[in-house]
Amino acid sequence: MIKVLGAQIKEFKRDSVLTPVFMILEVIMEMVIPLLMASIIDDGVYAGNLNHIYKIGGLMIVIALVGLWAGLMGAKYGAKASTGFARNLRKAMFENIQTYSFSNIDKFSTSSLITRLTTDVTNIQNAYQMVLRMAMRAPASMIIAMVMAFSIHARLASIYLIAVLFLTVCIACILPKASKYFRQVFEKYDDLNASVQENVSAIRVVKAYVREDYERDKFAKANQNIYDMFLRAEKLVVINMPLMQATVYVCILVISWLGAKTIVAGGLTTGEMMSLLAYCMNILMSLMMVSMVFVMLSMSYASAKRIAEVLTEQTDLQNPDAPVTTVKDGSVVFQDVTFAYHKDGKAVLKDINLNIQSGETIGIIGGTGSAKSSLVNLISRLYDVTSGELLVGGLDVRKYDMEVLRNEVAVVLQKNVLFSGTILENLRWGNQEASEEECKRACQLACADEFIQKMPDKYHTFIEQGGTNVSGGQKQRLCIARALLKKPKILILDDSTSAVDTATDAKIRKAFAEEIPDTTKFIIAQRVSSVQHADRIIVMDNGEVMAFDTHEALLETSPIYREVYESQTGGNADFDQNGGDN
Amino acid sequence: MPGPGHPMRGPKPKIENPGKLFRRLMGYVLRSYTPHVIIVVICIFVGVLANIQGTLFMQTLIDEYITPLLGAQNPDFSGLTQAIFRVACFYAIGVVSTYLYNRIMIVVSQGTMRNIRNDMFNKMEALPIKYFDTHPHGDIMSRYTNDIDTLRQMISQSMPQCFNSAITIVSVLISMVILSVPLTITTLIMVTLMLVVTKKATSLSGRYFMAQQKSIGAVNGYIEEMMEGQKVVKVFCHEEESIKRFNELNEELFDSAYNANQFGNMLGPINAQLGNLSYVVCAIVGGILAIGNIGGLTVGALASFLSFNKSFNMPINQVSQQFNSVVMALAGADRIFKMLDEEPEADNGYVTLVNAEEINGELKETTRHTGVWAWRHYHKDSDTTTYQRLEGGVVFDDVDFGYTDDKIVLHNIKMFAEPGQKIAFVGSTGAGKTTITNLINRFYDIQDGKIRYDKINVNKIKKADLRRSLGIVLQDTHLFTATVMENIRYGKLDATDGEVIAAAKLANAHEFIERLPEGYNTLLTGDGANLSQGQRQLLAIARAAIADPPALILDEATSSIDTRTEKIVQDGMDKLMSGRTTFVIAHRLSTVRNSDCIMVLEQGRIIERGTHEELIEAKGKYYQLYTGNTI
Repeated sequence: MIKVLGAQIKEFKRDSVLTPVFMILEVIMEMVIPLLMASIIDDGVYAGNLNHIYKIGGLMIVIALVGLWAGLMGAKYGAKASTGFARNLRKAMFENIQTYSFSNIDKFSTSSLITRLTTDVTNIQNAYQMVLRMAMRAPASMIIAMVMAFSIHARLASIYLIAVLFLTVCIACILPKASKYFRQVFEKYDDLNASVQENVSAIRVVKAYVREDYERDKFAKANQNIYDMFLRAEKLVVINMPLMQATVYVCILVISWLGAKTIVAGGLTTGEMMSLLAYCMNILMSLMMVSMVFVMLSMSYASAKRIAEVLTEQTDLQNPDAPVTTVKDGSVVFQDVTFAYHKDGKAVLKDINLNIQSGETIGIIGGTGSAKSSLVNLISRLYDVTSGELLVGGLDVRKYDMEVLRNEVAVVLQKNVLFSGTILENLRWGNQEASEEECKRACQLACADEFIQKMPDKYHTFIEQGGTNVSGGQKQRLCIARALLKKPKILILDDSTSAVDTATDAKIRKAFAEEIPDTTKFIIAQRVSSVQHADRIIVMDNGEVMAFDTHEALLETSPIYREVYESQTGGNADFDQNGGDN
Repeated sequence: MPGPGHPMRGPKPKIENPGKLFRRLMGYVLRSYTPHVIIVVICIFVGVLANIQGTLFMQTLIDEYITPLLGAQNPDFSGLTQAIFRVACFYAIGVVSTYLYNRIMIVVSQGTMRNIRNDMFNKMEALPIKYFDTHPHGDIMSRYTNDIDTLRQMISQSMPQCFNSAITIVSVLISMVILSVPLTITTLIMVTLMLVVTKKATSLSGRYFMAQQKSIGAVNGYIEEMMEGQKVVKVFCHEEESIKRFNELNEELFDSAYNANQFGNMLGPINAQLGNLSYVVCAIVGGILAIGNIGGLTVGALASFLSFNKSFNMPINQVSQQFNSVVMALAGADRIFKMLDEEPEADNGYVTLVNAEEINGELKETTRHTGVWAWRHYHKDSDTTTYQRLEGGVVFDDVDFGYTDDKIVLHNIKMFAEPGQKIAFVGSTGAGKTTITNLINRFYDIQDGKIRYDKINVNKIKKADLRRSLGIVLQDTHLFTATVMENIRYGKLDATDGEVIAAAKLANAHEFIERLPEGYNTLLTGDGANLSQGQRQLLAIARAAIADPPALILDEATSSIDTRTEKIVQDGMDKLMSGRTTFVIAHRLSTVRNSDCIMVLEQGRIIERGTHEELIEAKGKYYQLYTGNTI
């Protein structure tokens, strides 16, 4: 894991090395200062030597300046190394995610990918900066201070060794336990926030059932629980401060007591004792720093792991060695295809055998969960078949260059997305070079032109993130137009007109039949009216093709189809809850 | 400072009245924890004094127990022993009070957080639907997460630390003045210099910090959008373009983050070295004074003073570092208080719903659960209470409604539903179907006209009782993180397992529930993410069924159930609807056809009404919708 992340340091290796170097330099300067202070008091003040005070004072200023320079350099390189590392991590992750297949994306889920790219990277950036600036500095400071203390008076300084040992043991006892408690409480904290989120989005349900007080009780209980858990965790941490203080005090007293005797006996000077006391703070503070670095590292461990997972994930769809770059025609053949989302999972498609001619219009109908989407997703190789073969244009889809295949097989996904940008920019996802005229043409086919013309800036109207400023039906039509701009040999509409009213739906279908007759069209729909005019209709149930024939024939032969047909008709229509939304 | 008229601001978000906000926050803390806070203040004070006592001891140690004994043949250390013992006692008190104040502070800070969270949630539950319409959910959430977190930082760390620092600064200052006035002045000059530099540095880093926040926003926004649309990116082979744009934003972020961090990091070493400088200057000035024996400065006093110099710089640095986090926390507190100050949903209703029983043809109130419900109507003018059976009749009398006053979306809505009737609404999106149903249970209040429920103006009915008498299955199904059993029971909290199962059977949800890994005890998470849309709707129907209300609103309750399943659900739905006043919004004919009255809505007006046969006969809009023919 560290290797995977470490590989992204790249051009910031120099900064990553320089940071601790400067930090150590700063520490050395910092450590020299108490020595000089001792000298000022002993050889200056006591000896009544003002010159010495000037001299050492001057030296101290020089040292302080060097320390300042080192500190500033450390600040600079530390910032550069850590933010640069974060940049590289984000870049590497984002680029790797772009290679993911649908099943890779399914595995991570959208929200978890977002967290990994944002919060987790920030955590690592902070931890890395901390490590560069503190992980070397703190122990160095401790060691130097210790050496200095020993060089002044080894016997007295050995007290510090005992103090360090004592504190280390205490911290080692407290911290792991406390961080375990904290992990637990933060998990619960996330749960609490999730339940708030739930209440926000389901507020109408809460109010409709008059469950405000019930929710309040539930929340208060969970909240109290979190309070108790926080208390348990912090009770432990809170011991740290007084413990450290007590240790410092004991050290001061012991040094004062023994030091005074030693001074009187002539084994130590007053100034030296002052320096010893100053080092005491240095040593113990550094120890605290070290423990903080550990906490920080252990907290960022989870983030590091999540980032490494994204970086090491390999796409499970590879381009073939010698990819075919032209698709002959729009014919599609399924041969004994079975498909499961997970290797050992349940097959969602079983023994599919279909033979579809180029230019045919194929309707697909079936209940929720009958695997209609799974079936069409195989055609543009968004997933690979588990067994059997799927031929497009007479050739196995795995032999094509993926980009070529996906440009020839345009899919309008069920859960479709528009991006922030103008309508034109969104349309040109289908074809970078499309002229405004071509875009308009595609929109006319998809019956989108009519409402675009009514918008204030027409084709230059800005679409908000997630397409929130257009209605569901408008969004669907724009998505269809976007796919049409690819001029594909095969067009797949996965429930893409569900929010479009019947009349417009019919108009779109008519335009398809007249304007792009050579394109093979797959239309998945809930409404019988959307598919009944197709050349042939696939009736799916529970992952199997139950029937595949024309509307008329199916009415005769397929009980499922007949049932659906009859339930939806009486005068063969339904009411469009989303009709007329332009 | 930049030119006049363009003051540069640091990373501080603007707060209108920080003083007032701070007082309010303090008041909030003190409301529950006044004794705690008093003890904390005392402890901090004692702790600081003990610490200062220790520092002063250095002087005593050197001047009284070391210097005089230097060169003594038989030095007498008994005074030293006593002195050390005395200081040890002070130290012990100091340690105890440090522990105490830290320990009590967790109770104060965590307790305050708990109280604020509770208050926020309680308030949130009382807010009108409009609030949720007009505030992005992410915004509401960030008050529970970000704002509360910054507040916790402030209450648990910044506040005690600032207080601690303040006491330290004052007491150290006093001690310093006692030791030597000229040296104190020297120190103060150096501290002023330090503060000026700090201010400069923060305003400089502040500028970069703002730029960094902006880039973070841009990068995060882009990441969110692209991850949401990742599958579309794949389908359109748009990977390279999306990487290209990402790299641009990422590069910008690196640039601003680098600068922000760099300048942020610099403050530490600058202040540390300025502190050292202050030390040197004091040492030189003090040395001159001590050697010249000016102002009675002894060597011991100088030594003490020098350590005070150090302990004076530290809290000043700390306070200046806390400053930003306090400002951020106040901004968070501002947002939290704004939410707490929101007007709750108004409810002036006084007609309540009670259990009743019929004795000799007269309704009497009872505490028993009788299955018969009555409206308890108190008449103020005659000081009498009447009871009226709950039947579920709804009348709209010339109702106008708009989400805002200036934009009316429903016009002159007139309709009546006799108890037990089935009323259907059809029409296109935005015609106002859902809006009408939202008025019956008073999710929104109307601008003009009257809505009567069992001939009582709905404004007079207590909202909770009104809503309890209306079952509703919403367009968007929402389930809670709980078991399937608990989710259905949401409709009636005291329902037995048997009743839950019966309701599930009625909605035809029983079968699929049984197939779930743990049946009724299967835990649903993330709004029922592990269920299909249709299954979630079935659960919502079961949830409404168990509530057993006299009136029912079904808003596209079966839209995501495929036609075959719907047929199965339909029986359950029919059972559910029988004997109840039902308002149905649907686009499927089968759901609408057998209604007692069908209302066709267009642009907020009822344009046609009547039974299916009548409307077909009329050959109007309904006929068009029905046959799919546009004329």
